[in-house]
Amino acid sequence: MQNLTLILLLAAMAGGAFFMGRRRSFAVVGGLAHSARLHSLPGYYGYFTLIWCLLPALGLFLVWVLVEPKVIVALIIESLPGAQRTMSAGELNLLVNNIQNLAAGDAISGEIDAVMRDAADRYNDYVAASRRMLAALTLGIAGLGGAIALRRIRPEFRARNRVEQVVLYLLIAASSIAILTTVGIVLSVLFEAIRFFREVPLTEFLFGLSWSPQTAIRADQVGSSGSFGAVPLFAGTLLITAIAMVVAVPVGLMTAIYLAEYSSSRVRAVAKPLLEILAGIPTVVYGFFAALTVAPWVRTAGESIGLEVASESALAAGLVMGIMIIPLVSSLSDDAIHAVPTAMRDGALGLGSTRSEAMVRVMLPAALPGIVGGILLAVSRAIGETMIVVMAAGLAANLTANPFEAVTTVTVQIVTLLVGDQEFDSAKTLAAFALGLMLFVVTLCLNVIGLTFVRKYREQYE
Amino acid sequence: MTASRKKSREIVEAGLARRRRKEATFRATGMLATAVGVIFLGVFFATLIVQGASAFKQTFIKLDVVMSESVLAPDGELDLAYADFDGLVRNALRRDFPNVSGRGERRELYRLVSVAAGYELRDLVAGDPSLLGSTVEIWVPAASNVDMLIKGNIDPSIDESLRPISDAQVAWVESLQRSDRLETRFNTALFTNGDSREPELAGIRGALMGSFYMLIVTVALAFPIGVAAAIYLEEFAPRSRWSDLIEVNINNLAAVPSIVFGLLGLAVFINWMALPRSAPLVGGLVLSLLTLPVIIIASRAAIQSVPPSIREAALGLGASKMQVVFHHVLPLALPGMLTGTIIGMSRALGESAPLLMIGMVAFIVDVPGSFTDPATALPVQVYLWADSPERAFAERTSAAIIVLLGFLLMMNLAAVIIRKRMERKW
Repeated sequence: MQNLTLILLLAAMAGGAFFMGRRRSFAVVGGLAHSARLHSLPGYYGYFTLIWCLLPALGLFLVWVLVEPKVIVALIIESLPGAQRTMSAGELNLLVNNIQNLAAGDAISGEIDAVMRDAADRYNDYVAASRRMLAALTLGIAGLGGAIALRRIRPEFRARNRVEQVVLYLLIAASSIAILTTVGIVLSVLFEAIRFFREVPLTEFLFGLSWSPQTAIRADQVGSSGSFGAVPLFAGTLLITAIAMVVAVPVGLMTAIYLAEYSSSRVRAVAKPLLEILAGIPTVVYGFFAALTVAPWVRTAGESIGLEVASESALAAGLVMGIMIIPLVSSLSDDAIHAVPTAMRDGALGLGSTRSEAMVRVMLPAALPGIVGGILLAVSRAIGETMIVVMAAGLAANLTANPFEAVTTVTVQIVTLLVGDQEFDSAKTLAAFALGLMLFVVTLCLNVIGLTFVRKYREQYE
Repeated sequence: MTASRKKSREIVEAGLARRRRKEATFRATGMLATAVGVIFLGVFFATLIVQGASAFKQTFIKLDVVMSESVLAPDGELDLAYADFDGLVRNALRRDFPNVSGRGERRELYRLVSVAAGYELRDLVAGDPSLLGSTVEIWVPAASNVDMLIKGNIDPSIDESLRPISDAQVAWVESLQRSDRLETRFNTALFTNGDSREPELAGIRGALMGSFYMLIVTVALAFPIGVAAAIYLEEFAPRSRWSDLIEVNINNLAAVPSIVFGLLGLAVFINWMALPRSAPLVGGLVLSLLTLPVIIIASRAAIQSVPPSIREAALGLGASKMQVVFHHVLPLALPGMLTGTIIGMSRALGESAPLLMIGMVAFIVDVPGSFTDPATALPVQVYLWADSPERAFAERTSAAIIVLLGFLLMMNLAAVIIRKRMERKW
């Protein structure tokens, strides 16, 4: 039975359970007229039955669907003749894949022998049997749960409290997903990174000056052992981030000052939404623009004044990234400036300072912690930005501070290492997770500090 | 006393001109900074439209194809899968240009029309077998280089070796134009086809459907979970370490680089749970984790804006805490929650970095038909096409971006309208 049909059947049963629970509640008090004798509103008895009918069955369904493929594959491997069972993990994997494809009727690579055909038939049998069992079990449990709930309905039964308790648990579960996500990120990145550091020492990764993650397929190839010194990546990331900040901080800050202090309300009403559009453009679009419009432009401009500019220069990527970050800096600075009490500005103006003096000498120092927090968040955003650098920055890990040369960044390397076919135990793919760990830790620190600055400061004047 | 007052007045006046100049410079700098962002936006949209508008048009060539039985069914039996429809196209072109001789030149001639011409003929015959033996007048898509020439993206005046189209081809195209056998029409292939290696056949349908399936998964997961989490944190959570932790955590998650979510998806959903690679289901799962913080933060703000008097009134009439929330607070906060969700969805629609991690960058021709079919997403399609060297793909990339931005604009407009229409001021 198809999963969708099963879900629909379950939903129908749940709906039925609701009405049966409600009807039952009327029945136990002897009709609609006496419904005031019930502890809870009749609907709650319906919901109570529905929960008992649906939740256990749904839980079983989810677990089954997640576990089913693994169990079936294990069973198939178990039933293979001895020769196949001694194969390496990779070969076995390929064989199982072929069996699955054969079972699904797709084209497969290699020859089909009797063993495989046999296994494929068995695979189909197992899947069909599993489907039947799943359908019978979930529907059975749903029916059983509903029946148990129906039997428990009495006039004095506290259905509302029970239902509300379950809803509360669901709410708690929903809010824990945020925690689970963080735990998931940390664990998934950490485990693979630890596997990586078993092969490559941490010191070499953190302080090594050469990055060439290409590990050879054959042992006797040139450069068969890749080198994993990540310093060029960190340097490249910092270079592009620095260029972006040089663009974004002054422009963003001055924009915020102009909009807060000088502009007429009509200019503000136009400029603010326009800047918000800038913030809403997908980064891949910025990347396209950086690679196809800005990079050639930077190149021609550089060559016209006699500079050697790489076609994937750090400058082009940094400039566009800076533009992307302007709205972030300007909106956070704007918040910070607006949080400073107007009395301070009025006081400065009353003492005869010009508006710019009041801004630079009074407002900005007062808003500084908020602005710094905002800049830290912007730096974190620039470090973690992926698409612009993937499309506009290079792949070669040059250790340079020259913005006209091509550099590569942490995120670019993560993408290049993980896109395409990969086996999961080579140092090359694991390196991506080590880089991901670095990225996560660094941005996390910047975010925590930045957010604390922003929040602490906001409270200071409230 | 008066002397010193006079003196300070002099000091102030002496500096006044300089200070006013400074003030004017400061103000001008501010104006300039604001202009930078706005000007960039203008340049950006202008380049995009200039580059992309032409992709919505496509060049077609008219051929008089003789459905000759000797070519299609040399053994007397027509097998659609193996019949030489390309041969018919070649014959038709040769008839149009009888003077062309020699293998090399003929091959150049054949390259004027897209490889799709043969497929179109096959579909025609498949739909109406009685066409066999007759002569059919049919408009077929031109090859992408011809298309580029017509749209002015290839300059025929530069040296022949520097352009992908030869002098002879240019001459043939001009002769086709003169005899009205060549015209540009609306490019429907862009919206009905999946990806292709041939620019003139490549469309965004597959990517659009991939994005669509992903957003369905995302909204189905992120909206209920986000709203539930917000309700718990705002209305039920006791002020404890745990709820503080959740709160800090959500704010941080909102600022974690999106690529890290991709690593999570790769390690957990694909390696651990063994869900299929490149599937919209996995993409949707990752994107829902990514947008969850956005939705939670927006929903919390919406709940906070419901005045406490409403809760107190309901409590006073005997409602339970849960009833207060679900009967009164939630309906009033819903517009704000919906706005936050739409904004979160528009962020998810534009996101591509985490999708690269879970294998949604494959070259996929088929339009996905379910949540587990291999698929790409619209922004990933932009990335893939931007990498292609053909000039015609640059044009299509811009067109795909225009479509993507169009969707984002619609979503944001919807959010604004919901906010304007439904939000209450207390």
